Amino acid sequence: MSITDNVLSLFEDEAPATLDISQDIALRVRNLHVNFRRQKVLKGVNFDVKRGEVLGFVGASGAGKSVLLRTMIGLIQPSEGTIEVFGQEFSRAKELREQLIERHWGILFQHGALFSALTVRQNVQFPMREYLKLSPRLLDEIAAAKLKMVGLPPEALNKMPSELSGGMIKRVALARALALDPAIVFLDEPTSGLDPISAGEFDNLIRTLQRTLGLTVFMVTHDLDSLHSVCDRIAVLADGKVIAAGPMSTMLASEHPWLKAYFRGKRGRVGATM
Amino acid sequence: MSVNALLTGRVSGERLELVAAGDWTADRANELEKQVIRATPVPKGPVTSLRINMQGVAKLDTYGAWLLERLLRGSQESGIQADVVGLPEQFRVIVDTVHQTTEVPNPERVRRNYIGDWFETVGENIVDVGRSAALFAQMLGAVAVAWLRVLWRPRSFRFTSMVNQIDLVGWRAVPIILLITFLIGAILAQQGIFHFRKFGADVFVVDMVGILVLREVGVLIVCIMVAGRSGSAYTAELGSMKMREEIDALQTMGFNPISVLVLPRIIALVIAVPMLTFLGEMSALYGAGLVASLYGNIQPEVFLQRLREVISLDHFMVGMIKAPFMALVIGIVACVRGLETKGSAESLGLQTTNAVVQSIFLVIVLDGVFAVFFAAIDK
Repeated sequence: MSITDNVLSLFEDEAPATLDISQDIALRVRNLHVNFRRQKVLKGVNFDVKRGEVLGFVGASGAGKSVLLRTMIGLIQPSEGTIEVFGQEFSRAKELREQLIERHWGILFQHGALFSALTVRQNVQFPMREYLKLSPRLLDEIAAAKLKMVGLPPEALNKMPSELSGGMIKRVALARALALDPAIVFLDEPTSGLDPISAGEFDNLIRTLQRTLGLTVFMVTHDLDSLHSVCDRIAVLADGKVIAAGPMSTMLASEHPWLKAYFRGKRGRVGATM
Repeated sequence: MSVNALLTGRVSGERLELVAAGDWTADRANELEKQVIRATPVPKGPVTSLRINMQGVAKLDTYGAWLLERLLRGSQESGIQADVVGLPEQFRVIVDTVHQTTEVPNPERVRRNYIGDWFETVGENIVDVGRSAALFAQMLGAVAVAWLRVLWRPRSFRFTSMVNQIDLVGWRAVPIILLITFLIGAILAQQGIFHFRKFGADVFVVDMVGILVLREVGVLIVCIMVAGRSGSAYTAELGSMKMREEIDALQTMGFNPISVLVLPRIIALVIAVPMLTFLGEMSALYGAGLVASLYGNIQPEVFLQRLREVISLDHFMVGMIKAPFMALVIGIVACVRGLETKGSAESLGLQTTNAVVQSIFLVIVLDGVFAVFFAAIDK
């Protein structure tokens, strides 16, 4: 962004009133370059996420998945490239547009990132208070409903985050991500740290909610079971680029050495039989 | 489309016919709620049944589904039969999902009794004081044991860590200590001269400043500064280590956190604070002397002469003896609070605040105890 662009964007008034969430392509990333402390981490990333699909994003540890996710949600500035959310370009320089987009997405951080000074109820209500004017009664009712939808007992409402187990923290974080009925949800390693049963339940939960609420899901994950059971398509990040994208069948059929080792290695045994 | 077109209705006989239209979504939830409240029939009123036609609804999310649910339940609880027609197929799943959440009742909102809460808080605080005293004693004991272990096996002492802490707590504090004590000395001298002038007793300002600074004010100001600066740093360091499980990691590797973390810090304080006290006292006397000569017309030679007559080694020692004990108190309180930190950022802030407040309080109490002690032995 040149200086003139930055200054001109201060006077922008042409942000549309609403986000058109009926568009076919929910997320479009083109030619994304990101540098991290002089190292080129992302070297021209291109991919699309279709409306209503669950896209799983994989890559070696350190390949840049977190960097990609953080860039897409605006925490890191790309040096080059564009990110479009439902047709609107997302860029930190255009505040109105940014807020418009942020109203329609939800993010589940890897460790929950719940506000430690607030109760569970207050955590879920936080985005609601920010973007919507609702009566106290409706705020409480909706927060309770959201928590039940993620499978938490009503007793959890008054607890503090420090009193919750890891699984419960993730569920509360998911409820908070879904507080405003977003169009897109970003999940950062949602099943990490969960035992296999909880992880399976969490996968089912995501699938169910995705169908119920018509969500588009962008999920960064290592969990092969999640990839098999939840994801419609998978994209692979290596060498700073997306080297493959397609459904699980494409991944399993690929002859690329890294893909073979990842999907058909010893640990891929269970998912592959599903 | 008019803004109010979300819910319209008419009564025909005993039946209420409602027509829904527009976007039943979060952005319209506030107005929709009001309209739903208006539309919900009163119990035992003229209406005995209700039908809502959802055909015209363009968008529906969980907010809309919830308000529909509320309308239906509210009616059913009043004994009024309610049903839904024309619900577009794509909304069926979400309406059912939201309906299912009502099968588990919400917990009651806790009723707050403010007077009772106040008494409870007072009681808790009193119990906390006892608990804090116990923790203090515990930590003092643990540090003593760690110190004895070091005497037994001197090579196990973390000398480098202690030197690092002396640098942070002592050397880097010198500028601010010098500045503060200089100002305190100057202020004391100025006030003294101003008031003693009336009695023509200007020169007695030297007595006052000399004795006050060496016995009381020097140590107290330095310790308060150290408590705020280094006590809070110790609490924050140990507290965030506790939060990130680093203390647990140390323990499981076979290290004693007290020996590794706490002892070097305490020793560093006990060494650094007397040095800072000395420097602070000198700086305060210098400040007083400067003001005395510029403002009070007391020449430096006169000032120094008078000072030498008034102060004795006793006064100096009284101040210096207090310093290591106060340092010990500051260090123990700070480390106890750090290790007591619970998992949240709020807890860390709370413990840091408590550490500073408690250590300053105890320093002043200790000062009082020493005052009694020295009076008793006539020094």
